[in-house]
Amino acid sequence: MSAPSSVAEVDRSLYDFKKSEEGFERLAEGLTPDIVREISARKDEPAWMLEHRLRSLEIYHQLRVPDWGPSIDGLDMDHIATYVKPNTSQKSDWESVPEDIKDTFERLGIPQAERSYLAGVGAQYDSELVYHNMQESALAQGVVYSGIEEALHGDYAELIREHFMKLVPPTDHKFAALHGAVWSGGSFVYVPAGVHMDYPLQSYFRLNAKGAGQFEHTLIIVEEGADLHFIEGCSAPKYNVANLHAGCVELFVGKGAHLRYSTIENWSKNMYNLNTKRAKVEDGGQIEWVSGSFGSHVSYLYPMSVLSGRGASCEFTGITFAGAGQDLDTGCRVVLAAPDTSCAVSTKSLSKGGGVSTFRSGITVTEQAEGANVSVSCQSLMLDDISRSDTIPAMDVRAEHVNVGHEASIGRIGDDMLFYLMSRGISEQEASTMVVNGFANPVSKELPLEYAVEMNNLIKLEMEGAIG
Amino acid sequence: MENALLSIRQLNASADEKRILHDIDLDVARGGIDVLMGPNGAGKSTLGQVIMGDPAYTVTGGSVVFDGQDVTALSSEKRSRAGMFLSFQTPVEVPGVPLTSFLKAIVAQHPELGLRGKRYKARLAEVMEALDFDESYLNRELNVGFSGGEKKKIEMLQLLLLEPKLAILDETDSGLDVDALNVVSRAIAAYRESCAGSLLIITHNTRILEHLPVDRTHVMVAGRIVAEDDATLVDRINAEGFEGFADVAGENAETMLSGWDSAANATSDVAAASMAGAEAASPAGTPVSDAVALAGSAR
Repeated sequence: MSAPSSVAEVDRSLYDFKKSEEGFERLAEGLTPDIVREISARKDEPAWMLEHRLRSLEIYHQLRVPDWGPSIDGLDMDHIATYVKPNTSQKSDWESVPEDIKDTFERLGIPQAERSYLAGVGAQYDSELVYHNMQESALAQGVVYSGIEEALHGDYAELIREHFMKLVPPTDHKFAALHGAVWSGGSFVYVPAGVHMDYPLQSYFRLNAKGAGQFEHTLIIVEEGADLHFIEGCSAPKYNVANLHAGCVELFVGKGAHLRYSTIENWSKNMYNLNTKRAKVEDGGQIEWVSGSFGSHVSYLYPMSVLSGRGASCEFTGITFAGAGQDLDTGCRVVLAAPDTSCAVSTKSLSKGGGVSTFRSGITVTEQAEGANVSVSCQSLMLDDISRSDTIPAMDVRAEHVNVGHEASIGRIGDDMLFYLMSRGISEQEASTMVVNGFANPVSKELPLEYAVEMNNLIKLEMEGAIG
Repeated sequence: MENALLSIRQLNASADEKRILHDIDLDVARGGIDVLMGPNGAGKSTLGQVIMGDPAYTVTGGSVVFDGQDVTALSSEKRSRAGMFLSFQTPVEVPGVPLTSFLKAIVAQHPELGLRGKRYKARLAEVMEALDFDESYLNRELNVGFSGGEKKKIEMLQLLLLEPKLAILDETDSGLDVDALNVVSRAIAAYRESCAGSLLIITHNTRILEHLPVDRTHVMVAGRIVAEDDATLVDRINAEGFEGFADVAGENAETMLSGWDSAANATSDVAAASMAGAEAASPAGTPVSDAVALAGSAR
């Protein structure tokens, strides 16, 4: 890159441990305080962050891996430090990127220059410019959008300290603790009160800087009455050679504020995606999640919304597509903890080629949430006889005068639909793709156009079995 | 029939191992208008679907030749591209697929129409006007939440866009109010005018046929064509219903059985005996087909 952002620079150095080989001789013994100290020192972090990391590490060692979801036996938990070590195996040139990933890039129409960048070569490409423009315009409104490590050294250091891993404490689960100990990279966004962002902020670029995107931390604070649409990642750029992803997203939505958080995840298919996302919403605030899960070998992904202020609301729109060799356990959690809060959950899941797609939701309506409104709808589509789809919705309602609605359906692609479409000249493959795209349509129409197009492309690729 | 557009010979088809169509012979002339009538459950819709290649049915014998090409083993997609069209009795709802993109997709599968860009837009506008088609329908999901009449209108819209050589209309007129029926009649007239295509009209009632020059009428009972004649047969059915055809179904089956027997020089007695039993049990019901199956196995 001829004009790299400082963020990208920080990101690329994240795992640059070349001078610390001593530390890695102890890898066989697992993750140690020394490794964590090394990470912290490398980043020149404030003392509190080192303390946080060390405390998280202790918690990590005390917690067990989850025993209720898809198997993560393939993760080498005894040598978890191998996932933290520098990316020695990071592909450094386009030629060494696996064929299926390259194929995907090509079919998604990502230009060669960009592909090289995404693969870690670091060439100049158009998006870099887009990023800078976006940043300038946001700055004018007082919006902060930067790398979180960079922000730890700036004016917002104290604000970050007040919020960092307060929504997702390291005690939450083993991988949250791991994240707390070894997190690296990610975004910090601050939208001042009353500021309405006219266009979405995207993390498309930074997450894909060399070595980032494995334990990244995203912290977003949207102050009272402000409005933001944040788009995390994107399909091809989320390619990562490591096979464990334990990121963390914390979203603070102020009074009457509105935050839409859109994600399309398409990890490579050896990936264990153990990501934790959580939002806290104050009085009259709104959080909207739009979530697409395509890649990964195993996913545990349940973005959670805590509606803590009166009249706060949550909308969750999600789609999950599990193909061959994939076990994707996704859904969401919502805690309605104040009067007149509401949530609307609508998900679609698809499974094909022996893939397993599980929808899991947990809705809690506390005693304080009188007058709450809950609606949950999940639809599953199995594309063949060997795939599986499960729905595990849980509801815990403790308040009076609450409206709760739930509907679920599981089905197969109708032969009658295929015949109808084919009788008008459409091939079987195209007809299936059309039906599946139609099924996914409620999600894609929530996405910005370029992402909707990309999601449709991803579905097309999945339907052709081109990925994985 | 010499130079027929559609020529069906000895077509047999079954679903879930149950035989539904028996030895169907049926021709539709180029530019011809044929009518297929028969009581409920006779197998008329099945025949339409089998002609169009519905994989829900297995063709166990015979052939479908269209425009000189044996299409018996072709997928419905290829039949469509060859110029065949089936207007569904119950058009299938496809959630999330906007009608407008569906129409573009099907037109793209028929490049010979040359309906691209402005030409497509112009033709679509023309067809929509002819059908009093509400423009807002284009942005709605394919067949989802439309009334029966509206769905039939969408079928007619496709018919007029694709201008197939053969259109099979499966009870396109059933359950429609007078206005909707008029639209369908107009669509049929427009289709004839624009491309002189052939029609095979499956119907219960004859109202839709009033202004059409019907060439042939075929009557189907219990999975068999039991009578064929010119347009006058329509009037006879109007007057007498289908009851008179029940016996014909038996006779017809018997004729065929004896034909097989003489050819095979085998057990006509067995067949005749089982035929008689079948008729006694139910003149037009399924035992007839059982008898045929029995005769087949005896043979």
